[in-house]
Amino acid sequence: MLKYIIKRLLMLIPVLLGVSIMVFAIMHLFTADPTASILGDYATKDQIDNLRQQLGLNQPLYVQYWDFLKALSHGDLGTSIITQTPIAKDIAVKFPATIELAFTAIIIASVVGITLGILSAINQNKLWDHISMVISLIGISMPTFWLGLLLIIFFAVQLHVLPVSGRIQIGMEPQNITGFYLLDSLITGNMNSFVDALKHIILPSLALSAYSTSVISRMTRSAMIEVLNKEYIRTAKAKGILDKSIIIKHAFRNALIPVVTVIGLQLGGLLGGAVLTETIFAWPGIGSYTIDAILKSDYPVVQSTVILLASTFVIVNLIVDLLYAYLDPRIKYM
Amino acid sequence: MKNILKNKTAVLGLIIILLLIIIAIFGKYITPYNPSIGELSDSFKPPSLTHFFGTDDQGRDIFSRIIDGSRISLKIAIISVSIALTIGTFLGSIAGYYEGILDTIIMRFMDIMLAFPSILLAIALMSALGKGINSAIIAISVVSIPQYARIVKGSVLSTKQNEYVEAAKMVGNSNAAIILKYIIPNTFSPIVVRATIGISEAILDTAALGFLGLGVQPPQAEWGSMLGAGRGYIYNAPHILLFPGIFITITVLAFNLFGDGLRDALDPKFRK
Repeated sequence: MLKYIIKRLLMLIPVLLGVSIMVFAIMHLFTADPTASILGDYATKDQIDNLRQQLGLNQPLYVQYWDFLKALSHGDLGTSIITQTPIAKDIAVKFPATIELAFTAIIIASVVGITLGILSAINQNKLWDHISMVISLIGISMPTFWLGLLLIIFFAVQLHVLPVSGRIQIGMEPQNITGFYLLDSLITGNMNSFVDALKHIILPSLALSAYSTSVISRMTRSAMIEVLNKEYIRTAKAKGILDKSIIIKHAFRNALIPVVTVIGLQLGGLLGGAVLTETIFAWPGIGSYTIDAILKSDYPVVQSTVILLASTFVIVNLIVDLLYAYLDPRIKYM
Repeated sequence: MKNILKNKTAVLGLIIILLLIIIAIFGKYITPYNPSIGELSDSFKPPSLTHFFGTDDQGRDIFSRIIDGSRISLKIAIISVSIALTIGTFLGSIAGYYEGILDTIIMRFMDIMLAFPSILLAIALMSALGKGINSAIIAISVVSIPQYARIVKGSVLSTKQNEYVEAAKMVGNSNAAIILKYIIPNTFSPIVVRATIGISEAILDTAALGFLGLGVQPPQAEWGSMLGAGRGYIYNAPHILLFPGIFITITVLAFNLFGDGLRDALDPKFRK
């Protein structure tokens, strides 16, 4: 097992190196010169040349890339060329926001998705099954950002019950321990902050969870139906176990493997895919930070955040694979 | 084909898709108003009998803009899926047929692309290529190539084990001929299913890029950019945000329904 994990971790290195080369190439070869967005339209040629020298932009590309890798290996992510703040500092604040949102969304999606899926499977082809499958199909087909806008219009603008955007009311931030507002406010017993943070996270996490809820419920349904048709379930029924809940428990445990896999894959997607949801709700996470940086050609920020998101994604996928192998001993480590 | 027509959801999806295609083609003749020009005195009108879906901030008729926008959304989605499908099939069949070093190079490259959150990769490409329809098509096709390459590679690997492929080799067919004539046609059904679902993903991506202001540029109507432009009026005219979203959802839903139905009909595993 350990050998397998190490092998898989080593295999991630070329992929992540590839990601870094690709994002470096896209940002340096094609995007607008960042000096323009720093100095404005009326800069003289001397000013531009000076700044390019200062940023190291006049070096050959491979030298710039090598310098970037060297710094990265020391944990130095560089500074934003627009705001001049160290990128590591920004990420330390913004990444927990993204993780908190993604986890809240995946918890909602798992609970709702599994429940809907099981209910559909045991009522296969009955009215309830049809309703829940139609809901899932709509959930998969709706643009997340549009659902977000609808939620804002309904709950924030019309009913005034939840805030329109942001992560917490200014001044209500709990003492920083983990960086997760919900957790930190609970640890410090700051209930006002907790309630406020909870109110802020409801709409974005609901919007973000819709797609995953649908995928999870569809997967749970089909996995459950497959198991419910297996012989041991029929045997159990034939032996006179009439209690439906026992049968569901038996069946669900065996249907769990594909469901866990799909939840893991969804989580990986949510961590990197919350970009638009974060933008709509002005959620101060990595996604909105990255988009902002891309649009401003702030390439050091884009390089760092994209590599961070890609690493998170491949590591979550690796964990899913390992979990899968752990849950189903028939899968051998190759 | 018979199987597909027996499947109710697939038929429903197909009907909606055909309707949308008709709207897209003949849209010019059904729009009651000019989709790109409006009277400022008409701005922010709620839905009524004169303006079914109301008007936007510039007094343009939203119903007309949605009909006009269907052409752009479908065009971008279909072209980008075709490009991704062609390149993905090419790469996947080479990787699957020759295996070895070519396979490793191609598939590792696909792994790298899959490690990117696809919407971020698309946004980065858009910022590199510049705004506009063509850049959107390129960005959306590039990010979906790996999906096709993977599926095609998988089915090529299993198809080439068949004896008729061996026989075709014996008779002296070139590798290219074997791939084109005997292998790709047999990988057809998973690719068609994937492409149908791919169109719905492409429509969502197009809308997302448009929403961020990167895709189709004004005054050209596109569903996503209509939502992006209407975002500022969430308090006084929420109807601007309602209808484009409904149309995106219906279109994506139709392709998903059709894709699900196709999969059930083409894949023996799902056949009842």
